[in-house]
Amino acid sequence: MNAASWAERPSLIGRTGKAVVLTAIVVAVVFPVYMVVLTSLSTQEAVTRAGGLVTVPGEMSFAAYEELFAGGVVTRAVLVSLGVTVAGTFISLTVTTLAAYGLSRPGSLLHRPLLFLVLLTFLFGPGLIPKYLVVSGLGLIDSYWSLILPVAVTAFNLVVTRAFFLSIPGEVTDSARVDGASEFTILRRIVLPMSRGVIAVIGLLYAVGYWNAFFDAVLYLNDTAKWPLQLVLRQYVYQGQSMFVGQSADAAAAGRSLPPNLAIQMSIVVIALVPVLFVYPFVQRHFTKGVLIGAVKG
Amino acid sequence: MLERSADSGAAGDLTAPAVPDTTRGAGGRVRRVSLRARLRRDWQLLLMTVPAIGLLLVFHYVPLLGNVIAFQDYSPYVGIKDSPWVGLANFQWLVLDESFWDATLNTLTITAFQLVFYFPVPIVLAILLDSVVRPRLRLLIQSVVYMPHFFSWVLVVTLFQQMFGGAGLLSQTLRDHGYSGLDIMTNPDTFLLLVTGETIWKDAGWGAIIFLAALAAIDQNLYEAAAVDGAGRRRRLWHVTLPGLRPVVVLLLILRLGDALNVGFEQFFIQRDAVGRDAAEVLDTFVYWRTLLTGEWSYGAAAGLVKGVVGLILILVANKVAHRFGEQGIYKRS
Repeated sequence: MNAASWAERPSLIGRTGKAVVLTAIVVAVVFPVYMVVLTSLSTQEAVTRAGGLVTVPGEMSFAAYEELFAGGVVTRAVLVSLGVTVAGTFISLTVTTLAAYGLSRPGSLLHRPLLFLVLLTFLFGPGLIPKYLVVSGLGLIDSYWSLILPVAVTAFNLVVTRAFFLSIPGEVTDSARVDGASEFTILRRIVLPMSRGVIAVIGLLYAVGYWNAFFDAVLYLNDTAKWPLQLVLRQYVYQGQSMFVGQSADAAAAGRSLPPNLAIQMSIVVIALVPVLFVYPFVQRHFTKGVLIGAVKG
Repeated sequence: MLERSADSGAAGDLTAPAVPDTTRGAGGRVRRVSLRARLRRDWQLLLMTVPAIGLLLVFHYVPLLGNVIAFQDYSPYVGIKDSPWVGLANFQWLVLDESFWDATLNTLTITAFQLVFYFPVPIVLAILLDSVVRPRLRLLIQSVVYMPHFFSWVLVVTLFQQMFGGAGLLSQTLRDHGYSGLDIMTNPDTFLLLVTGETIWKDAGWGAIIFLAALAAIDQNLYEAAAVDGAGRRRRLWHVTLPGLRPVVVLLLILRLGDALNVGFEQFFIQRDAVGRDAAEVLDTFVYWRTLLTGEWSYGAAAGLVKGVVGLILILVANKVAHRFGEQGIYKRS
């Protein structure tokens, strides 16, 4: 939107004030992240000299990362989180787009009851205890599937995707259908290529959900050797426990026992942060294109 | 919400189905078809929904039925079928349980506090962002402020700890200048401020999206007309911008009220030990600690069920009120 001709030029004070406030907001978001990254890359001496978090770049070192990725708790937790995120996002996207397409033709058989079933999940959560009992009843305790299957489909993402599919004109798919293409072919060859934006957005939402999975892991994974990154983050950074504690037997046997100095702690934070920072720029332009909003407002 | 279901169609509707609910054949014909023909035509579509519906049934609807243990003295070794029924005994205990009421009170306090101090922030932020004229700059700022939404709560709390904790940047700076350190992270008295601050940092940017959309939908001619009539910036804000935002604000406000018993789980779960139960125990964490650590499954399920039912009633009431205001029906943040 460009300034229209009728608009008076904003006063100097107004413009300065706005610039100051906006800068402050951006700094408030970026500064903690900047300090954490910087500290994780600093040598032990630089951290000691700063007396805590490093704000001014000094001697840099990858020592903390080398140590973390030399094997042991954090390496394994990263692999667990990556595995769950990749597998989970793939499963979620497959299941969600299939169902969204299956429910995108009003008037098809069972369309209304099935849609109702999906929408009803908005209204009433089943509750923590019964859900735990179902997961444990299925024998999923201490299985990575417990982090994926219960959250594989969220009604919100399904509804958003379906709304986008509904907005695709029927003529586009009708001709393929006349030519004898199966619904699966139409979805794969015609509908999905038209839906990259919405797929990117719900893919990001799912992936972030899996990467950030915390409470489900607290609930369903008793075996600390299977812990994903967020639990490691809480234990060794937020709670500041020594890395000896709670380490599983085979990791201790491998001889990795890390005192969590600040650089190492901040490296764990950065590792938890980086995938989000990395994927986010590729997806965020779709937010502004209104993929989500259009769907939410219907 | 996109398409509300049959049961709530009566009240004045902005939410009629996006496409007329008719049977549409390959050529766009509109007529009724026999069940068998529809099955032959739609079996692929049905097949596609099977995995998602299956997952929802197993992990949503089966647990929903599992709430019957709230009326039992459930033991995992005996199973649901053979556990003794105790009627409403669990609920009676719940009513007499002071820590349940403490958790409820904490939850409602946090909701009320956040309504006042969090809710307006995304609106103000959206108006501010909307006033940034240069598109590239605006996109940049938007990208930055949306980002923390995608950080986990553990990460956000850890960042706050590094800034405001006993060994954090703030304390460190204070000590360097001869003052005593300050630990906001473990102080129950400032906990409300802390969690609200965290919520603002994490979600205010993301929350601004919906208001930005509403702002973009305001007819620019209204601004021009107001300006021609001599309205300055402030009066245009008051007479054009705010009325344009009103429907969305009212809707989100009502929905937040309907969601009063949900304040978010992980944020409180993570910080409960550092701050103490008195300030940080909310309904969700209450259910967790009372059940999974003591094995009182039925009791926890009863507490969860009460919360779920009250939440459902609140949402339905809020939805009614929304209709009364002539606003759209239910939509809920995921």
